[in-house]
Amino acid sequence: MKNRLEVTTPTDREIVMKRSFDAPRQLVFEAYTTPALLQRWLLGPPGWSMVVCEVDLRVGGAYRYVWRHDSDGKQMGMGGVYSEIQAPERIVSTEKFDDPWYRGEAVGTIVLTEERGRTTLIQTVRYESREVRDGVAKSGMEGGVATSYDRLEEMLSSKGAVTS
Amino acid sequence: MRGAQELSRTGTRNSAARLDNNTSRLYNHIVMFTDPLNATFAALADPTRRAILARLASGEASVTELAEPFDMSQPAISKHLKVLESAGLISRGQEAQRRPRRLEPEPLAEATLWLEQYRQLWEANYQRLDALLEEMKVAKKKKQRKGRSR
Repeated sequence: MKNRLEVTTPTDREIVMKRSFDAPRQLVFEAYTTPALLQRWLLGPPGWSMVVCEVDLRVGGAYRYVWRHDSDGKQMGMGGVYSEIQAPERIVSTEKFDDPWYRGEAVGTIVLTEERGRTTLIQTVRYESREVRDGVAKSGMEGGVATSYDRLEEMLSSKGAVTS
Repeated sequence: MRGAQELSRTGTRNSAARLDNNTSRLYNHIVMFTDPLNATFAALADPTRRAILARLASGEASVTELAEPFDMSQPAISKHLKVLESAGLISRGQEAQRRPRRLEPEPLAEATLWLEQYRQLWEANYQRLDALLEEMKVAKKKKQRKGRSR
């Protein structure tokens, strides 16, 4: 699939996403920074809509997003401050969710490169630690997996033991 | 079965009744211990199977529900489910008619599964962005034509 999303973890604190779009990067940059446009696509799992979208696009300016679930009205908010803005190629900002799922702030970086009218996006989120990153990636998802590499290794190496 | 007896001796002391009910889980663990890494990694090596696991992490589902997102026949999906069951990654529920599959989280390598879920979440966002960008391109063209015709 030409535009398939790639998600990788090159270090133990980061999640990196790479995705191509059939559009010039000016438009992708606009879609990432204009509230009316963000509300159309930055939604998450089905059933959530963005009810607050504020963007003060300047170094030191703040952004704020709040999503609400259609069925039970439950809300989820996040926000941060821009530390770098180079239109239309780069945005760096902090990220923090209202509900403190994780310690500290994460840093989000968006890099856009264009070739022949197509844009490649590399979006990186860097968390304070591996535990925080792994916790964040699982939280917010229904269910989720409650196991870890360590536990798997432990189970496999303790021969004859029954885990419950 | 010898394997099951060894497990009972060294591990939990199950009553006979509970051993029957847990037999399927024990069989799965036996598979894990005899060829653990190969079974799990072989099961996870296929993208369809990873997507099935990611779906089951949100709750149990029937074969029909699992087959829905894939352009694949039910027998083909069932083959994948058998591989996942042999590796101890999923199990069957007890509902007589539906036999929904549910995730067995212990053997899973965390990194693979949550990355898949994260990817699916963001892929949905980016597909909406694709559609929006198409609209924006059309709007931009219209605006440029208007500008030229003045």
